[in-house]
Amino acid sequence: MLTVRGISRSFGDHKVLDEVSFDVRPGRMTGFLGANGSGKTTTMRIVLGVLAANAGTVSWQGQELTPQTRPDFGYMPEERGLYPKMKVRDQITWLARLHGVDRETAQRNTDQLLEELELTGRAGDRLEELSLGNQQRVQIAAALVHEPAVLILDEPFSGLDPIAVETVLDVLRKRAASGVPVLFSSHQLAIVERLCDDVVIISKGRVVANGSREELRAKHAGSRYEIVVSQDAGWVRDVPGARILELDGPRAVFEAEPQQVLRAALERGEVRSFTPVVPTLDEIFREVI
Amino acid sequence: MARASFSQATWLVAEREMKTLVTTKGFWIGFAFTIVGLFALTVLPTVFGGDDPKVAAVGSAVQVVQGKELDVREVGTVQEAADLVRADDVEAAIVPDGAGIKVLALNDAPGDVVSQLVQAPPVELLDASAVNSGQRFVTVLVFGLVFLMFGMGGAAIAQSTVTEKQTRIVEILVSTVPVRALLAGKILGHTILTLGQVVVLALAAPIALRVAGLGELLGVVAPALGWFIPFLMLGFVLISSMWAVAGALVSRQEDLGSTMGLVMIAVMGPYFGVQFFFENPVVLKWMSFVPFTAGVAMPVRLFAEQAKPWEALLSLGILAVTVVTILLVASRLYTNSLLQTGARVKLSKAWAPAE
Repeated sequence: MLTVRGISRSFGDHKVLDEVSFDVRPGRMTGFLGANGSGKTTTMRIVLGVLAANAGTVSWQGQELTPQTRPDFGYMPEERGLYPKMKVRDQITWLARLHGVDRETAQRNTDQLLEELELTGRAGDRLEELSLGNQQRVQIAAALVHEPAVLILDEPFSGLDPIAVETVLDVLRKRAASGVPVLFSSHQLAIVERLCDDVVIISKGRVVANGSREELRAKHAGSRYEIVVSQDAGWVRDVPGARILELDGPRAVFEAEPQQVLRAALERGEVRSFTPVVPTLDEIFREVI
Repeated sequence: MARASFSQATWLVAEREMKTLVTTKGFWIGFAFTIVGLFALTVLPTVFGGDDPKVAAVGSAVQVVQGKELDVREVGTVQEAADLVRADDVEAAIVPDGAGIKVLALNDAPGDVVSQLVQAPPVELLDASAVNSGQRFVTVLVFGLVFLMFGMGGAAIAQSTVTEKQTRIVEILVSTVPVRALLAGKILGHTILTLGQVVVLALAAPIALRVAGLGELLGVVAPALGWFIPFLMLGFVLISSMWAVAGALVSRQEDLGSTMGLVMIAVMGPYFGVQFFFENPVVLKWMSFVPFTAGVAMPVRLFAEQAKPWEALLSLGILAVTVVTILLVASRLYTNSLLQTGARVKLSKAWAPAE
């Protein structure tokens, strides 16, 4: 498990991170959400050891990270970049070897990844000859080729078309399933919603929400329900303590003690559906930041 | 998983730098240019200046010029000979003049012809040197040019550093290997390439000299060449680390010009300095101990037999200490500025400890 505890960092007078704490658990995909400038990239850089924190610690398997104890990170920076004039396969293999992978394994892993990412046909091309979407896939390969112990991906899906998103998702899910903790930032909430197991939301340098996706939803669900009956649902407003939020013929969204409303509805006739309204990540996000 | 050790990382970086550079056309064009230039410098003077001067000779003067190093054309009359001179077909005409001869020329006394016709008195040099000033000039020129070429070649380090910053791959690199390994790898890679080129040049130089018929100069040049190589290599490391910093301070190729100035001065300085002052033993002596100019000045002094081996060793020692110091300074500047993007990083900011 990767543990971040009480990380603070300032640039000059500007406090970018204020006591940031969260965990990235093995085998789970942790979505790191925040608006632009909220401190996502700074946090990731500190976790990677590229940037020093003013306070706080980052630990891996209970041990504080130092250059010696750092696990092998797979990193995809927000501002993408590889050598434009280097051939795709050479480049990925070289990066693997820079991580200490021997030549044969590096080549084997490269070929396997290029196949998974549907890039085998472009292996001998220079990076600059590829489309931006394909360059992005190469970037994913660069982050994965050395079989990293932890994956840190800054906006891995931005710039990808829907098909490429699926390809990359498959590749990442496979890594997570094999027990690798994956931390990825995104501002595409729909993707995060679908993909992540855990969510960390950061705003103005502080963690404002943190937990598994279900926990968070339940926590922010409140007492909001949706009922669909066979006739007009306007009567709900007459139930003591109930407050209607939306009314649309036989459908109503309300806040109230649910059992009381359900009982009243059954007395009046048929109930077609009755469900707690779980907030989307988007709603939680808007609520907490 | 086993992490790449510092030396492995350094070597991988060096290897990539070398591969990248040798696959560019510019590298080979530059190298070919250097070799051709070297041959031209040594061979061309003999090709152009090697022919005997052409003269016309009349009557009894013919006997006088026979056996001399002159290309003689016999003509019947003085008038004919004078016409040939006027038409610039010959450099001079040798015609009878009373009991002796005289030389007709157009507007300059033809020194090379006259020297063939007079009995030169014997010369004894009190402070004999194995090389004359002409040979010394060629040596200064060659050493200076080679230093200049390779020093400028180091700009590839600045370019590769900026490329890494501009494409942001630098973030992946610094999260993978120590920044010092990056710097060391770059310097190592380019130094090996330079050494390789120097070896080829050192092998080509004797051939060029033989072709030029200057084989005897070889024995004189060889020891100076032997000294030149360590000076050149250390000098190159010194300049390389400065190139690396020049690259790390900016974020885009377009801005590189603003930081390269100082390094260019450090590269051009020795070249022009030695060109201007090689006849001035005092200045040359000082320059042969200053780390930046020592690379050219000391081998030149050794070549001219003005310096003793211990002086060369001392100068090499000073250079080595400077290299280590500059490397440490450069490593700090490089580390602190590598992840800063946007505007050019000020030297003072790059030097300040990380916030």
